[in-house]
Amino acid sequence: MTINPDLQGRSYPAAEVYDVGREKIREFARAVKATHPAHFDVEAAKALGHADLVAPPTFAIIIAQRADAQLIEDPDAGIDFTRVVHADQRFIHHRPIVAGDRLVAELHVDGVRAMGGGAMITTRQEIFALTDGGSDSREPVATATSSILVRGEGQ
Amino acid sequence: MSPSFHELSAGQDIGSRTIEVTRTDLVKYAGASGDFNPIHWNEAFATGVELPGVIAHGMFTMGAAVQLVTDWAGDPAAVVDFQTRFTKPVLVTDTTGTDEPGATIEVSGAIGKLDAEAGTARVDLTVVSAGQKVLMKAQAVVRLS
Repeated sequence: MTINPDLQGRSYPAAEVYDVGREKIREFARAVKATHPAHFDVEAAKALGHADLVAPPTFAIIIAQRADAQLIEDPDAGIDFTRVVHADQRFIHHRPIVAGDRLVAELHVDGVRAMGGGAMITTRQEIFALTDGGSDSREPVATATSSILVRGEGQ
Repeated sequence: MSPSFHELSAGQDIGSRTIEVTRTDLVKYAGASGDFNPIHWNEAFATGVELPGVIAHGMFTMGAAVQLVTDWAGDPAAVVDFQTRFTKPVLVTDTTGTDEPGATIEVSGAIGKLDAEAGTARVDLTVVSAGQKVLMKAQAVVRLS
């Protein structure tokens, strides 16, 4: 299986909406062993000035990896998911993610680089929250960037 | 209580903690995150793709490591930028049915840089498991008042 070099520069538009729920924030927080009350107790979150429960700093990976799945599952990309290793990750938060947010993500393939028999693929997910101002209105929430290494045979 | 920007200096220690990890933790993280890659829960599968065994999700380690920063900052939303490289896998042995962890991750943090104009502090995390640094350039930028 070889990675399609033409992936670089490709974009996938925002697809399905991700509804951020309180229980999902609590579940994710427990899964990363977070104990801060702002993830669990609405009053504690409000006391810090937030509208609702606050997501942990890496929560956006759920939305980012859903967006990435469009690329990984694209037969034209040539990516074997079982040989994927996460190489680096960054989240820039433009504003906190809170329960009640309705999020969408645009996926951009920023880089494809051959490495041995495999490839390093850098993607960027621009995450927006839908707002009440009509069907096209949205505000930037986070920018996630990931590099994944697709290992070649013997790597 | 959030730390005050003016009381911080570069190099200052923000503390440390130990995270114990079991196979059950990886299954929980898989469910919570939606990342069901079998290398994180199936030994035969992991060794079949030339890994030494079941390894933790890099995102589990990243997400657990930042809790030190979140608790220090006093508000999870204060972390405005967080990045890392995943350099070594965290191998999690199967200790199911015992009280032993399958892996231990040591996290410590120090102020790397202060930006007075932005009112932010960069916390540099050192994250070690089995004697090896598993994250590199693990940096969290925290907005402080």
